[in-house]
Amino acid sequence: MSVLLGTVVVVTVLGLVLALVLYLVAQRFKVEEDPRIDEVEKAMPGANCGGCGFAGCRAFAESAVKAPNLDSHFCPVGGNETMGKVAAILGYQLKEKAPMVAVVRCNGSCEARPRVNEYDGYASCYVKSLLYTGDTACSYGCLGCGDCVEACQFGALSMDPATGLPVVDEAKCTACGACVKACPKHVIELRPKGPRGMRVFVSCLNKDKGPVARKACANACIGCGICERTCTHAAIKVDSNVAYIDPALCKLCRECEALCPTGAIHGVNFPKPLDKEGVKERIKARTAKKEVKDE
Amino acid sequence: MGGVHPHDMKISRDCALEQLPVSPTVYLGVAQHIGAPSVPCVAVGDKVKVGQVIAQPGGAVGAFIHSSVSGTVKSIASRPDLAGRCTTHIEIAVEGDEWLEGIDTSDTLLTTIPEDPKAIVEKIRLGGVVGLGGATFPTHVKLSPPPGSKCERIIINGCECEPYLTSDFRVLLEKSEQVVVGAALLQKAMGGVPCTIAIEENKPEAIDSIREAVSKLGYAQIEVMEMKMMYPQGGEKQLIDAVMHRQVGSGALPISVGAVVQNVGTALAVYEAVQKNKPLIDNSVTVTGAGLPRQANLLVRVGTPLQDILDYMGGIPEGTAKIISGGPMMGRAVANLQAATVKGTGALLLLSEEQTRRAPETSCIRCGKCADACPMGLEPFLLNKLSKTKDWEACEANAAQDCIECGCCLYSCPAHIPLLDNIRVGKGFVLSAIRARAATKK
Repeated sequence: MSVLLGTVVVVTVLGLVLALVLYLVAQRFKVEEDPRIDEVEKAMPGANCGGCGFAGCRAFAESAVKAPNLDSHFCPVGGNETMGKVAAILGYQLKEKAPMVAVVRCNGSCEARPRVNEYDGYASCYVKSLLYTGDTACSYGCLGCGDCVEACQFGALSMDPATGLPVVDEAKCTACGACVKACPKHVIELRPKGPRGMRVFVSCLNKDKGPVARKACANACIGCGICERTCTHAAIKVDSNVAYIDPALCKLCRECEALCPTGAIHGVNFPKPLDKEGVKERIKARTAKKEVKDE
Repeated sequence: MGGVHPHDMKISRDCALEQLPVSPTVYLGVAQHIGAPSVPCVAVGDKVKVGQVIAQPGGAVGAFIHSSVSGTVKSIASRPDLAGRCTTHIEIAVEGDEWLEGIDTSDTLLTTIPEDPKAIVEKIRLGGVVGLGGATFPTHVKLSPPPGSKCERIIINGCECEPYLTSDFRVLLEKSEQVVVGAALLQKAMGGVPCTIAIEENKPEAIDSIREAVSKLGYAQIEVMEMKMMYPQGGEKQLIDAVMHRQVGSGALPISVGAVVQNVGTALAVYEAVQKNKPLIDNSVTVTGAGLPRQANLLVRVGTPLQDILDYMGGIPEGTAKIISGGPMMGRAVANLQAATVKGTGALLLLSEEQTRRAPETSCIRCGKCADACPMGLEPFLLNKLSKTKDWEACEANAAQDCIECGCCLYSCPAHIPLLDNIRVGKGFVLSAIRARAATKK
């Protein structure tokens, strides 16, 4: 009995002494940390995706607490809601940002873009891009091995077997930009979601001259410039044989979409289907009016 | 260190060099070498002769491009090359075969070496000679070592260690004397340093023939060295190690250990450029593959469409899955047959479905065969993993940038892991990071 008692006493005393030592050491070498770091981290989505440009949510929180304002800190996953909480914790003014979404700027489906050779190497877009230009005659478009799908942590991307192109699930996409970085051809772009998700973009990156691009892919932008000439908002620029629509200037009138001879311009999430003939009539009437005015 | 022993498969070794008939149209790309693409200096509609300059160097590391045929410039337009990349090509419609005056087309062997090394290098530059071992680095740049470095030995690389390839072998055998004169010219250009002609031991006829030519021509300090049969014996760094017992450091050039390596084909091109005034307009191309009705070593004019070569060989045999430009270890599959040959095209290899089949990938069993096989002393299994996890810093720390892409790891892997494919990705990122750092330093 006394042996048992002795053991209990010794271990208890030892425990107390060591606890005291630990306490004193902890007091002596205490690291002062801003308590707001923990609070900010708690407010973050916790995906650690790196979409904000920092190593993870903790790194973002540490940096945000030190920063003089929140201009260079934005969590694309949490969006304005999360950033509102962060701003409240830190007492900063929040500048709201338009929600973004990943957009695949290639419409070279299996049908439109015939395969000219067969790739049987390692199924990775990056590996493929290092070897050659790809199995179609277009050297700018999607390579179709799904590096972007693999990079997406939110399950927002999937390959459509019918077209051979990635499809973005807008409900799941957080615009973290992982797919943009993963794509060796820079086919994916982050664009503002637009009002009620409506947006117009050029779904092609082919910089070859018209006939070459057209031969490679029926859906290619041939750089004809009709969209640039028609756009009344100066939102479209044709540079090196490919058009680009500036989302900040686009007013979603869809005239370019109606006129594009190859269907390279896409409007998405519009409530009504595009009345091509109607739009063309409208443009005709406008140009006629203008000519009368000029005379 | 390292290396593998693939079957040598040199089924075209007994086929003498033959001249391929000139194609009706040739396409000369402006980016046939490492460095700045050349700038076309002819216009559409111009008449050109064989050997006429049609594009000038686009920078310090650049090369002249000469017309390989006589005819009319039809177009200067973008066209896909062997890898499908669109680059500017000069299209020439062939009319006759008229050579530029001053080019010696006779077979007479000219053995007198010019006295001035600078004149030799200048003639090599004007001849548009680039390294024909595969890298197509402009030869005159290699022969102008940066200040502070000194060449101590010139090595003529006649290893041809890749399976199937025999074009260098045929050149060594049939043009032994020209190659030796070319070696003597390179030797003179570097200030009379000793020269070693390195040939693998599986080519005894070539070794005898070159030995005979060396003793007959009697140039000082040219020796023939018999190399062990091993892949990649002909790798620049491996060859320097084998011949001079010196190791080239990571990121360093061979000149840092006093070596300059030139391929056999380059030595022949140097001979022709300096002694015969004939620029680099043709090269020897092995066309081989078990399915072909016959094998051949062809002398092909630069810019000949691949389709024309294959038509001459009797068309593509049934069951061909891949056509590879180069050897089976380091060559790349051709993406389109309309593409034209370039100065560096050394072989066309036709492989069947069965030969190109990739076995399914299984798990790494940590056998270490890849590390044993790597001639650069790297750990491919580790680099594969680091590259897959996108840890570029660790890739650099483990010297992914030193990979020579010889394919020994992939060849030796019993689990059929695409080691080289993944390492190449890591190497690409590491090299661009190194370049970015160098740019910010400047």
